[in-house]
Amino acid sequence: MIVRSQEIGLREPADERALPTTAITVIRPASGWVRLGLRDLWEYRELLFFFVWRDMKVRYKQTLLGASWAILQPFFTMVIFSVFFGRLAGMPSDGVPYPVFSFAALVPWTFFATGLAQASGSVVLHQSLIKKVYFPRLTIPIASVLAGAVDFLIAFTVLIGLMLFYGLTPTSNVVWVPLLLALALVTALGAALWLSALNVRYRDVQYLVPFLAQMWLFVTPVAYPSSLVPEPWHTVYGLNPMAGVVEGFRWALLGTTTAPGSMVLVSSIAAIALFVGGAYFFRRMESSFADTV
Amino acid sequence: MSALAIRIDALGKEFPFGQVRDAYPTLRSALGAGARRLLRRDRRPRERRFWALKDVSFEVCPGEVVGIIGNNGAGKSTLLKILSRITAPTTGQVEVHGRLGSLLEVGTGFHPELTGRENVYLNGAILGMRKAEIDRKFDEIVAFSEVERFLDMPVKHYSSGMQVRLAFAVAAHLEPEILIVDEVLAVGDAAFQRKCLGKMQTVSREGRTVLFVSHNLGAVRALCDRGIVLQHGIVTVDEPVAKAVAAYLATLEDASAYDVGDRTDRHGKGDVRITRIEVTSDDDAPGTLTTGRPARFRFHMSGVLPGMSCAFDVFDPLGQQITYFNSSLSEIAGSAPGHAFVCDIDELLLVPGRYRIDAALTCNGELQDRLEGAVFVDVDHGLVRGWPVPTFTQYGSVVLPHRWTTPA
Repeated sequence: MIVRSQEIGLREPADERALPTTAITVIRPASGWVRLGLRDLWEYRELLFFFVWRDMKVRYKQTLLGASWAILQPFFTMVIFSVFFGRLAGMPSDGVPYPVFSFAALVPWTFFATGLAQASGSVVLHQSLIKKVYFPRLTIPIASVLAGAVDFLIAFTVLIGLMLFYGLTPTSNVVWVPLLLALALVTALGAALWLSALNVRYRDVQYLVPFLAQMWLFVTPVAYPSSLVPEPWHTVYGLNPMAGVVEGFRWALLGTTTAPGSMVLVSSIAAIALFVGGAYFFRRMESSFADTV
Repeated sequence: MSALAIRIDALGKEFPFGQVRDAYPTLRSALGAGARRLLRRDRRPRERRFWALKDVSFEVCPGEVVGIIGNNGAGKSTLLKILSRITAPTTGQVEVHGRLGSLLEVGTGFHPELTGRENVYLNGAILGMRKAEIDRKFDEIVAFSEVERFLDMPVKHYSSGMQVRLAFAVAAHLEPEILIVDEVLAVGDAAFQRKCLGKMQTVSREGRTVLFVSHNLGAVRALCDRGIVLQHGIVTVDEPVAKAVAAYLATLEDASAYDVGDRTDRHGKGDVRITRIEVTSDDDAPGTLTTGRPARFRFHMSGVLPGMSCAFDVFDPLGQQITYFNSSLSEIAGSAPGHAFVCDIDELLLVPGRYRIDAALTCNGELQDRLEGAVFVDVDHGLVRGWPVPTFTQYGSVVLPHRWTTPA
């Protein structure tokens, strides 16, 4: 474990200063119990920003279609879902047009699934960096998930457009969307912390991730309404944090169900547990990253 | 400033033995093995482990320039990686007083799609600089790198030399209290290496602390005050640099027995090994060679494999490589090998001194056996084209046949 000691002359650095120069860094063996190293993470917040900035910049520079990917992927999934589930299977959609119903779920889902996939492979992807420079390793998966935020904003704008097209306006509960997005982010990051750290040691984890994402999609009410699940189980369903996110989005934008408060609460607790566990697991594994990657 | 820059206390690092690099364990096999153990109540198989560093303790004062010397695998890189917090130690503790920067990560983190300007910021942040600090030093960094004109071009269009210059410029402006330079890992051409060394000299003149790892004993001796020799993970010598270098050379010479079959400090697959090396002059007197006279190197092997070839490197008394011989680049390439390789040099154009030979056997591109310091040979005074040649000095080790004239 690596601790930035606080005993001796550690001043809060003025902003244009470098990292505190008088600080003593104590390097010790990894012990059984780890700290999250949040202070270190805070010191390197600008690096986190640069990683996010780089990922977004590269994503839009490299691909011909650039930003349109953010729209195309959820949009075509919505079209397919609308044809097969909405029209042919006659899936109920809580009284709103099925395309809007599914797209309202696909927008946060795509943010989650992309973040999960990118972040799970992120540590292995940055192996050359990990073997040569020190920085808080947590910045890597965090940045990978955050980089999807712009995609989300673009897709969200399209969602609002689609709603207006169908003559729907967002309810005033739309103010909860940022919190629901944060819940999706914590869930994606929580799962990715486990998977990215495991992926360093076991390389077949990368094959597990797409499968896991697919299973997760089936158990999340994206193509179908959660109202299909009867009540005592409906709240328990929230143990899948993405169920809470998706239902929350529909409630905030379309006003479909009554406030899914208890479900979102269960989801939040589940997501935070996944995240905190993942963060400690990641930190625990981190000391051997440079040796095993 | 405190009286200490680095304090290393009983530091140790243990690795699993013979870590296989190209076969990562899979989660599936790990779960399978776990289930089998559970069912059969097998004990977890004990992993063989070795200590890359063991009980290493020393202190470095601010402003000291310390050279760390040792064979490949002696633990130098592991030590630097622990100091720069890349890997955690197994035992012991290190205190680092102040900001530590290293020139071993030059260029890592460059993204080919981003422009030079963007990469300066990204790389600076990776090395631990704040954005405001990079803003302040940006013009200086760019001037140093000499790539101003290409600053807004993606670095994938840069030549490798330009990339290295830009990366080095960023790293050089980190201004750490403690600088770590691992020359072995530093990429780049000779000019870049010189720039590295030049930067080190500037830094040490400014009173900063430098840890320098190099195979170039000449550079270590020229730049450092103090030398620390690492052997098999243990500090064996910690002395003023001249004494440390001499002690290190002595340990190499100890290992230079001509019958090398028993040596264990080998690399390679080992299906065939070098068993004996004979170095003779034209009169077949072993051991001593003479400047300007013929020399014969004979390598005996434990067996014969098709497609086998032999190569050896020659190093001068300061540890700088002079030349390289390879049978696969010669007229015998492709012919059926016998039980020995013989390399004849008609005229040995090395100045008098003691030279180190590293020898290797390769089979169809796969390294079979490699011995560092396989043999040490002494070259005696002799004549080249009728003229005497001075003993080895820092001015070079090779004599080129030549003529002087003074035209009117």
